[in-house]
Amino acid sequence: MVELETTIRNRAGIHARPSAMIAQMAIKFSSRIFLEKNGNKINAKSIMGIITLAASFGSKIRITAEGSDEVAAAEAIKALFESGFNEELG
Amino acid sequence: MIGNEPKGFSVLDLLSLELKEQNALDLSCVAGRAGLGRQITVPDINRPGLALAGFYESFAWNRLQVFGRGEYAYLSKLDAEGSYEAVNTLFSYDIPCCIFTSSLNPSSSFTDAAEKAGCPVLVTSLNSNEFSGRVLRVLSDIFAPKTTMHGVLVEVFGIGILLVGDSGVGKSETALELIERGHRLVADDVVEIRCVNGSILMGQGANKVIGHHMEIRGLGIINITHLYGVGAIRDKKQIQLVCQLEDWDPDKVYDRIGMDELSTDILGVKVPMLEIPVKPGRNIPIIIETASMNERLKKMGYHSAKEFNQNIMRWLESENARTLYFSRDDY
Repeated sequence: MVELETTIRNRAGIHARPSAMIAQMAIKFSSRIFLEKNGNKINAKSIMGIITLAASFGSKIRITAEGSDEVAAAEAIKALFESGFNEELG
Repeated sequence: MIGNEPKGFSVLDLLSLELKEQNALDLSCVAGRAGLGRQITVPDINRPGLALAGFYESFAWNRLQVFGRGEYAYLSKLDAEGSYEAVNTLFSYDIPCCIFTSSLNPSSSFTDAAEKAGCPVLVTSLNSNEFSGRVLRVLSDIFAPKTTMHGVLVEVFGIGILLVGDSGVGKSETALELIERGHRLVADDVVEIRCVNGSILMGQGANKVIGHHMEIRGLGIINITHLYGVGAIRDKKQIQLVCQLEDWDPDKVYDRIGMDELSTDILGVKVPMLEIPVKPGRNIPIIIETASMNERLKKMGYHSAKEFNQNIMRWLESENARTLYFSRDDY
């Protein structure tokens, strides 16, 4: 199992478009990927789940991945968060 | 899309048009039958008053020449005076046909000249005003830009949906299920699309003989009118949405939110388009039904995906404000 931490960098937070990007990235991997914020843990392959995190600007997210490609998966999701989803950064 | 040049449209075609009551032209040919094959090339009419008076500059000879009461009275005057020059000059032009309105019967000297020139003379019972309105409508319909597309046109909850996609992807089966669920078939396989008024795409079956038949693999040709009744069919319908069915491609990214609006171009008109991946277990007819209702909502000004995202953004913003407030030093 791999665990990484990241922070929301884009000003608008995780609304529909970024969550779609996360889910689309996550389904490329066979590992089970989860996002965790304030004790809420959700499946990173579900758009609706990601939105329910209400991850606003500056919140901390823990990414966990478990499976054959867990390292690559967690890194890829983290990179996505770091990039700020091609949106305006705060 | 198969390109489709407008076929020639002759005076005979105009006479043999099958038009409904409110569009009927009520034309009959009284002279010049030999010239019924003359082509109508311009969807417009001309009142030849000036030409009869001898003024031929900018004479729109290639249009339908419509003779109303005024022209008729002038012709009668010329006839009484025994001068036939004006009429002969008129027929020296290659005009498609002469049409007399209000059941006015042209004099024998006029019809003789027409016979000689091989120009058809038609008479209608309508008055000039009504006739020009109708004939312009009919001609603009005939001369409208046209194309044919491979697909199925159905009406779902009042929205005209064109289902396109490769052969065997299940367009006809989807349409059949939609019909079963109470929606209507407009055309299967070959859909003729005309651009009316420059912005409306009218779709209909390419051929009346094919009518509302469908080919279902394993069943063969079935007649929808006989099987499901007249309530299950429609002659033509405006195309308001295009649904592209395709085999599920695991490498392709499909829209999961619905905020990026795709559109496709048909005859220069933009139509909203959805790409719908087909996979066993996915009930495509229900997806199409939902797409149709969603399209209606959009037309009413309610965009589900956008509204949803706005709510999320508002929520995130308030969450943001709260975090900021609680993290103040003087709290």
